[in-house]
Amino acid sequence: MNNRLRDLRAERGWSQQALADLLDVSRQSVNAIETGRYDPSLPLAFKIADVFALAIEDVFLNPPKETQP
Amino acid sequence: MQSPTLRPAMRRYTMRLLVLLALYVAALVGTKLWFRAAAPEGLLAYAAAILPALPILGVFATIGRLLIEMDDEYVRMLLVRQTLIATAFMLSVTTSWGFLNAFDLAPRIELYWPTVLWFGGLGVGGAVNALLERRAGA
Repeated sequence: MNNRLRDLRAERGWSQQALADLLDVSRQSVNAIETGRYDPSLPLAFKIADVFALAIEDVFLNPPKETQP
Repeated sequence: MQSPTLRPAMRRYTMRLLVLLALYVAALVGTKLWFRAAAPEGLLAYAAAILPALPILGVFATIGRLLIEMDDEYVRMLLVRQTLIATAFMLSVTTSWGFLNAFDLAPRIELYWPTVLWFGGLGVGGAVNALLERRAGA
């Protein structure tokens, strides 16, 4: 599942470790989510959206909708 | 087990592991000395002989607790993958060995060797995790 995590993090000038600290997860986890190697659980996805003060669909892209013309 | 980050669950696991390993050494040395000095008999002999196995069973339970207590879901996924690789490694070697033995090409082995192989498999699993993480640039 694609997401805008890297862009959102860059906009705020946060390192992966800084975001990991805010989410109480490892930097490895942030990297894995950011690179699309791991899809977070719903609770973690909501937590990520909360940290950026955005709705979940503004962070994570819905694959079927993404491919619609 | 692989330790991508030293989270509280991983610290507790490490402490429990150290205690269990100390108990294992004490039980193994103690039981060997006991059997050498004055071998117990009957039910007591069975109870004494199984003493060194108990801390190893504790290690399995400790690994289970780590998987339950690990609050970082991605790290938990890595740990699960590591244990699955260890299990596949152990089963692959023992199955192959069994057939080699069936055709008289390898000797019979003691039944605690699969456990040793499984712990070795944890190392293999940790290496696979590290390799995949490095390849991904994590």
